[in-house]
Amino acid sequence: MATQAQSQRTFTPGMLIYDTRYRSMTIQVVALMSFMLILAWLISNTVQNLNALGKGVSFGFLNQPASYDINQRLLEYTSRSTHLRASVVGLLNTLLVAVLGCTLATILGVVIGILRLSHNWIIARLMTIYIEGFRNVPVLLWIVFFMAVLIDTLPKPSDFRGEDATASMLFGDSVAFTNRGVYVPEPLFANGLGDVSIFGLFEISLDLIAILIVLTAGILAARWIRRRADRIQEQTGVRPGTWYWRLLVVVGPITVLLIALGFHLGFPELKGFNFKGGTYMRNSLIALWLALSFYTAAFIAENVRAGILAISKGQTEAAYSLGLRPSSTMSLVILPQALRVIIPPLISQYLNLTKNSSLAIAVGYMDVTGTLGGITLNQTGRELETILLLMICYLVISLGVSGALNWYNSKVKLKER
Amino acid sequence: MSETAYVRTSMLESQPPPKSEAGALGWVRVNLFDGWLNSVLTILSLLAIFLVLYGSLPWIIQSSWTATSLNECRASIIERYGEGVHGACWAVIRERYLQLLYGFYPSEAYFRPNLTFILMLVAISPVLFPVLPRQMLWFSAIYPFLGYWLLWGGTIWFPVSMVLGFVVGYLLIVVISKTAGALAGVIGGALGAVLYWLFLAGSFASLAHAVIPIGIAEVESARFGGFMLSMTIGVTGIACSLPIGILLALGRKSDLLIVRSICVGFIEFIRGVPLITLLFVASTLLNIFLPPGTNFDLILRVVIMVTLFSSAYIAEVVRGGLAALPTGQYEAADALGLDYWKSMRLIVLPQALKISIPGIVSTFIGLFKDTTLVSIIGLLDPIGLTNAIRADAAWNGVVWELYAFVAVLFFVFCFSMSRYSMYLERKLQTDHK
Repeated sequence: MATQAQSQRTFTPGMLIYDTRYRSMTIQVVALMSFMLILAWLISNTVQNLNALGKGVSFGFLNQPASYDINQRLLEYTSRSTHLRASVVGLLNTLLVAVLGCTLATILGVVIGILRLSHNWIIARLMTIYIEGFRNVPVLLWIVFFMAVLIDTLPKPSDFRGEDATASMLFGDSVAFTNRGVYVPEPLFANGLGDVSIFGLFEISLDLIAILIVLTAGILAARWIRRRADRIQEQTGVRPGTWYWRLLVVVGPITVLLIALGFHLGFPELKGFNFKGGTYMRNSLIALWLALSFYTAAFIAENVRAGILAISKGQTEAAYSLGLRPSSTMSLVILPQALRVIIPPLISQYLNLTKNSSLAIAVGYMDVTGTLGGITLNQTGRELETILLLMICYLVISLGVSGALNWYNSKVKLKER
Repeated sequence: MSETAYVRTSMLESQPPPKSEAGALGWVRVNLFDGWLNSVLTILSLLAIFLVLYGSLPWIIQSSWTATSLNECRASIIERYGEGVHGACWAVIRERYLQLLYGFYPSEAYFRPNLTFILMLVAISPVLFPVLPRQMLWFSAIYPFLGYWLLWGGTIWFPVSMVLGFVVGYLLIVVISKTAGALAGVIGGALGAVLYWLFLAGSFASLAHAVIPIGIAEVESARFGGFMLSMTIGVTGIACSLPIGILLALGRKSDLLIVRSICVGFIEFIRGVPLITLLFVASTLLNIFLPPGTNFDLILRVVIMVTLFSSAYIAEVVRGGLAALPTGQYEAADALGLDYWKSMRLIVLPQALKISIPGIVSTFIGLFKDTTLVSIIGLLDPIGLTNAIRADAAWNGVVWELYAFVAVLFFVFCFSMSRYSMYLERKLQTDHK
């Protein structure tokens, strides 16, 4: 009773409720206890129910063969692979559609948001119609709608065949749009470096790693050249021309590397009843990608518009009165301030897109919800474990991204005195 | 003296503006062809509008409204508009629109969901329009029970006995606080009400029903569907999640470490996972978490998970409202000597909630759109019903007409809600911008 010794009056149990010094402790202890009790109640129910069903909690199913097929994948996968590998393939598919979707949604959203502010009457109205149309209809409807559009309007692979073909490949016979999917040229390496296995779980192409390393090094070198130019400008007032050097350090080494690796494109070709070769993107991926991007772009456009409108006109006028040109005003004054407003909601739109990608199950794209939360769940009957793992996958993505967002927010926060 | 040759003594007549600057032509020049970039954009948009209308208008207009199957539809279109015309088959909407709206709800009872919808508007009107008499709030309080009874039917004594639980709790609070203090009163009242609901409510309802049988035909949950199902899940979810969300938001802003961590953990967990995983929990896992032998219907389970889901989002919206309130308001409430709950109830929450109304409305729009996800776990919401209708041999192959109808339904509802929220935002703005 250390508290009793410190307080002047003697301690009575009533003080736990009526004395503000102790009340907060009481409330917290009661809250914690009720929380624990509820948790214990749920867990004991779960244990009882699982016992009654005759199954325990075990993640052993992850090492059993999955014996189902995944038609769109980034890793080697056969139906003899394990459930764990199926989940990883699914997770990569989720990330693939998320990255593709975020990229396209950002481009579309920024363009549409700016165009909506245009003085051009007709284009501003068109963009308003786009935004309201996409925002007010459920994304699931857009996904199934895009899927139906792709299946209904694109030609069958057999239409590309024969003398009187009704469909033809685009871009010099390199891309084929069919109602089964899109075939695009694939990058091939004549003398590639092979793969490296990570934990025996999946292989990463060494060519890809080499390209990424060289590209990153080039960009870093380009930034160093820019900083050096900044230094020289500050010392002498004359800025040395740098763009050709920067272009050279980025493009030069990567070109050399690609030539050394024997880079060439593998074109899709019509063989028999279907196309062979090239990279094949199934319709489910394309439909999901387009629907998510178009839907999210409507929200991003509103964010961009709000961000630009949030910067007061005085900022533009002040920049002009300092003698800045319109382009410098935009890049040095307006955009840095607008980005502070735009980026937080933009990132939360990215998260929404990633979470919405779980609707892939409606068009049969095998993302992590389709593999782990779909077929694996149904085959193994391990609802608790699969849904737990599924939630952890999404939680890790979400919390990781929001952690990055918080870091960015604290970095760009207005420094007020 | 005067060397000035000429001085005008009267004003010139004002000239009309040049033709190129005034009237329709001037408007076109200023708004559409102002510089080469705008001209290109204008031409491109006109082209896009033309292409979309050229592609879709014939399909929409050259259509058939009377047929009983897709084949009949196509035949009648070809008969009327000639060979090779692909028109819409709106007959499927004409034949099935009631199903898309009400699912498999018994057709002689359609007035019940309609009445529930109208009464819902009555119930929320005193919340939205402060000019209405405050007594109407009593109806809003009774409405959830009334709405449940109208939709699911059965004996009226079940909802009545549920309402009685609140009466029991209130009476206990009054009685106990007189003798044993306010805190004991609240605890005793809550405990009494819960005990009543757990052990007495059911037997009271069946007893009362045996004595005075009043009731309407029961409708099982499996017959719920269509737009009505979306409305039921959406409205119940948002109504139940409001109080939970407000509590979570207060908990997240609280100084108490443990309470705050529990609230933050809950909110971030729910916001971090997609709704579909929570619906999977509703369809496969929820029964495992509850005492053995519990089994209640899927719609209720979905409503529970949707409520948890939206309460996390409402909590974030309300937290935004709480944060937007100047610190002076909190300090003023403290300076008046109000305790925590009084200062929240009388000073902080009325203002914070007012700020968050647009956010709450947009959360509701989002939730309403997300109710379509229940089609993935097998409930027959409008999107689920489009598949069910296609499963009928007569309408196998109808895609666009159904999607267009569902999209228009959702659009009308969500768009008018978002306009209303924008109107509210302007009306509630008290600062002078």
